[in-house]
Amino acid sequence: MCTHAARTDIRSIDLRSVTALDTVGAWLLERLARGGATRAALTGADGPYGDLLEEVRGLNRSGSAERRSDNPLLQRLDQLGRGSRRLASDSAAFLHMLGAVSTALLGILRRPPSFRLTSTVYQLGRVGWQAVPIMVLITFLIGAIIAQQGIFHFRRFGAESYVVDMVGILVLREIGVLIVAIMVAGRSGSAYTAEIGAMRMREEIDALSTMGLDPVAVLILPRVLALVVALPILAFLGSLAALYGGGLIAWLYGGMSPAIFIARLHDAVSVTHFEVGIIKAPFMALVIGLVAAVEGLSVKGSAESLGQQTTASVVKSIFLVIVLDGLFAVFFASIGL
Amino acid sequence: MTETPAIHIRDLVVGFGKKIILDHLDLDVSDGEILGLVGASGGGKSVLMRTLVGLLPKRSGQIDFADNSDDERRWGVLFQQGALFSALTAPQNIQFPLRERARLSPGLLDEIANAKLEMVGLTREDGDKFPSELSGGMTKRVALARALALDPSLLFLDEPTSGLDPIAAGEFDTLIRTLHRTLRFTVFMVTHDLNSLQAICDRVAALADGRIAAIGRLSSVLKSDHPWVQAYFHGARAQKLGLGN
Repeated sequence: MCTHAARTDIRSIDLRSVTALDTVGAWLLERLARGGATRAALTGADGPYGDLLEEVRGLNRSGSAERRSDNPLLQRLDQLGRGSRRLASDSAAFLHMLGAVSTALLGILRRPPSFRLTSTVYQLGRVGWQAVPIMVLITFLIGAIIAQQGIFHFRRFGAESYVVDMVGILVLREIGVLIVAIMVAGRSGSAYTAEIGAMRMREEIDALSTMGLDPVAVLILPRVLALVVALPILAFLGSLAALYGGGLIAWLYGGMSPAIFIARLHDAVSVTHFEVGIIKAPFMALVIGLVAAVEGLSVKGSAESLGQQTTASVVKSIFLVIVLDGLFAVFFASIGL
Repeated sequence: MTETPAIHIRDLVVGFGKKIILDHLDLDVSDGEILGLVGASGGGKSVLMRTLVGLLPKRSGQIDFADNSDDERRWGVLFQQGALFSALTAPQNIQFPLRERARLSPGLLDEIANAKLEMVGLTREDGDKFPSELSGGMTKRVALARALALDPSLLFLDEPTSGLDPIAAGEFDTLIRTLHRTLRFTVFMVTHDLNSLQAICDRVAALADGRIAAIGRLSSVLKSDHPWVQAYFHGARAQKLGLGN
């Protein structure tokens, strides 16, 4: 279509030989007709096309929809401002959830029969028991990889035997619990957010509230408690698997017999290393559970929103887990552990 | 009808941000009646219902219930999509409010759930299904049975017949009427269904511009000269039902 060619010259458009016309075609013709100083006449269209042209004639009269293009710098600043406000409201929502869960927990301490044991045990099975194989496999591989890299690089200095120290301390203090926490955030945190979000969309949470029940006590507390119990256990099993993987590689690849590995491990690590690692697990579990609950409850009506909140839940909880790990590292360093 | 209204609302204001949805609304729901609430889409019908059951905060005004045993929550709510707990089967959904309130033997719980299912016109075979396996009409019936689980004195229905075909909608209307006769509860019903209004509502309230524009028997609401009420009841679809003049 040459809509720009000699616009002002068009007086009338003959449509007699048009055999097919859709809304877009009709609009382009209408635009062409409007374009000149005087309106061009559209002639020769008959039957349904005449009606379509007549209909189109009345459309888009209120000026074309203006595409607003703001100053890009202002847009950046706008985004930055919105982001900071969101950060503030996210933190508030997180603290609010912490308060709500603590209140629900206090309610149970006051009235123990109201504890939802069935629900908690069921969740524990899902996030704990069922997660064991994958957690053990992943941490086993991580332990093996650390040992292999250690042996490969330490060999140049003839310091292969220090691999045991590295694997032992790294796994027990940091990697074991961190890997497991990240896996749990991806595996169970996302599931929590999606479940709670879907319940929100289907008004199930509203239904609970109208029955006079507290959704936090019914849905969220059992899930958070299950995570707080499961994560230390998973971190313990994961650390064992990582040490096992490291020992296996030290034997097969580094030629260090298991007896020597165990003896060196005994010298290299102390219970303190293990304690420093495992003490972090319940806190990480709490963060994962609370973030998942907050994101799940903020799901709006759409499917897209459910996806967004689930992604946000995983990203935020992994971020917070790593930040928490850093804070613990600073804390332990300052008290000399 | 009786001296104390089941719900007594005065000067209720509800809004989100700068937008005022309900603007100094007054409404009395009489004890034992079926009140139908009509209003434009997005006009605040659901907001009013959600405020009454405590899901939305009010800005100001007062809401009083005749049955003000607040801790027991003697009301049942039927949500538009049913809002059945998807992790529980139909009978478990019905038993849920009972389990929360009382310690009953499993045998008795089963019998109660079955009785409630039969009361809403379902059979034992429909029983062990999960909400995802139920049709729209059955979901609403199970949700009604759950709302009635504690024999509430007040029942809130949010568009009970939306999404049902005319036959199912008619049957649902009859069901509510029958249950109303036997269980004697007060019904607050948000609806768009002109048939339901005509068939089962004792009184009709029209919500327009954040207030009750007209309230009374359908015949007297029809005579209201509020422009929105005129447009609603005297539109082409209402004419077909023989409502308009």
